[in-house]
Amino acid sequence: MSRDESKLLYAESHEWVDLAEEDGKTVGTIGLSGFALEQLNDLVYMELPDLGRELTAGEEFGEVESVKAVSPLYSPVSGKVIAVHEDLPESLEKLNDDPYEFGWIVKVEISEANTVDSLLDHAAYQKQCAEAG
Amino acid sequence: MTTELAKTPLDAWHRANGGKMVPFAGYEMPVQYESIVSEHQACRRAAALFDVSHMGRLRFDGDGSEQFLDHILTRKVADLPVGGVRYGLICKEDGGILDDVLVSHVETPSQRRFHLMVVNASNRDKILKWLTPILDEFPTVTMSDRTELTAMIAVQGPAAMEACKRLFSFDPTRLKYYRAVITDQFAKPAIVSRTGYTGEDGLELIVRAEEANRIWENLLLAGRNDGFVAAGLGARDTLRLEAGMPLYGHELNESIDPLSAGLKFACTLKDRSFLGSEALVKIAETGPSTVRIGLRPEGKRPAREGCPVLDREGQRIGVVTSGGPSPTLGYPIAMAYVDRSHAADSEFKIDIRGKLVDAKPTKLPFYKRAQA
Repeated sequence: MSRDESKLLYAESHEWVDLAEEDGKTVGTIGLSGFALEQLNDLVYMELPDLGRELTAGEEFGEVESVKAVSPLYSPVSGKVIAVHEDLPESLEKLNDDPYEFGWIVKVEISEANTVDSLLDHAAYQKQCAEAG
Repeated sequence: MTTELAKTPLDAWHRANGGKMVPFAGYEMPVQYESIVSEHQACRRAAALFDVSHMGRLRFDGDGSEQFLDHILTRKVADLPVGGVRYGLICKEDGGILDDVLVSHVETPSQRRFHLMVVNASNRDKILKWLTPILDEFPTVTMSDRTELTAMIAVQGPAAMEACKRLFSFDPTRLKYYRAVITDQFAKPAIVSRTGYTGEDGLELIVRAEEANRIWENLLLAGRNDGFVAAGLGARDTLRLEAGMPLYGHELNESIDPLSAGLKFACTLKDRSFLGSEALVKIAETGPSTVRIGLRPEGKRPAREGCPVLDREGQRIGVVTSGGPSPTLGYPIAMAYVDRSHAADSEFKIDIRGKLVDAKPTKLPFYKRAQA
């Protein structure tokens, strides 16, 4: 299965989320957009959250670090962390090549209170990136 | 931002060649082109070109220039021969560092001698303001700010000297380390010195602004088969960190003195009086409050500037001043100031945004090139 980036939702802070139904629950798979990864370039470290952590939309849940700078990762959705891509920090060089499939960071079981109204669709996100240059 | 950012003479070249431009010390400068790591590695393996035109270049002419410079610098320069380059610091009366600078003593083809001082871009205005009233006491000395009339290019790396030798009409390998010469090899005179800020062999060229693009492109062309690349400020920073070199605004500032910064070699205290010398002599007698050390944090997560350094018991005893991944070594490195009483400790901890990471002291520099 290959994730279609045009079907994903995006946060202004460049995280993507793929919402899917699994066993009657909504699960959001979260990653960082190809645009953001290209800007960051030369990744050296990633800090991941613990399993079971409750996240609120907009909350910092980890960080990704390039040679030059540390960038926080913000959760685009509210919910509980049910999976963490543990192999990712050891394979950061692969992240740039495959941000939407290999590059998933966490899976979150979406809480009922969650709202995705503030997220951007692909077209709106692309517009934001174009404006950022 | 109300003030407009200055551009170097190579600005258009950077933009046309993928330079990612960022504001730095009042200039728009390329932080990288392709990637910091690839530019860093090119410098270690072949050579890299850096536009360092943002650095301030101040020229001193007239009788008494030596005495004037000797009065404001921690390092004795009165005996600096023609062709010599020296690293020194400009200090306040209390010993706080205003800037770290390179002074060259050179002679023009028409046998005019002068001194040229290269100051940090971020300190240029401050140093001009600091020196202007002092110059009143030296009426025969004139200071001229040559920064905007000239460009400065660093070419650094193991292949740098041979490529320059092919390009130049004189043999730059005959120039010894920390020596400088004025050459008329280009259309306009240029100052060529065997200096740098990367830990590699190489040259720094100060050329007329209008010559900058031609010389830059010729240098790239001369090293085309060797793998020369243009490198941005990002690689310059990772290279100097590996080389254990302090950077103003990070290791150096007005509230630290040269002795506490581990720069005793750049202070000539014996039988000399200069601005700040009384304070420095006192500090030398009692011993500096801190030492600058190298640290290797365990694991892959780099410690960054501002991360607290703790002793084995968890007491805060210092702070990281520069830190990041070392592309050459493949693990994170950091420079830090720690309390002098902990200078010989064999274990430290670094608080990296709330997580304590063990760190081992490492001799500076982290990286030393193989001597030819």
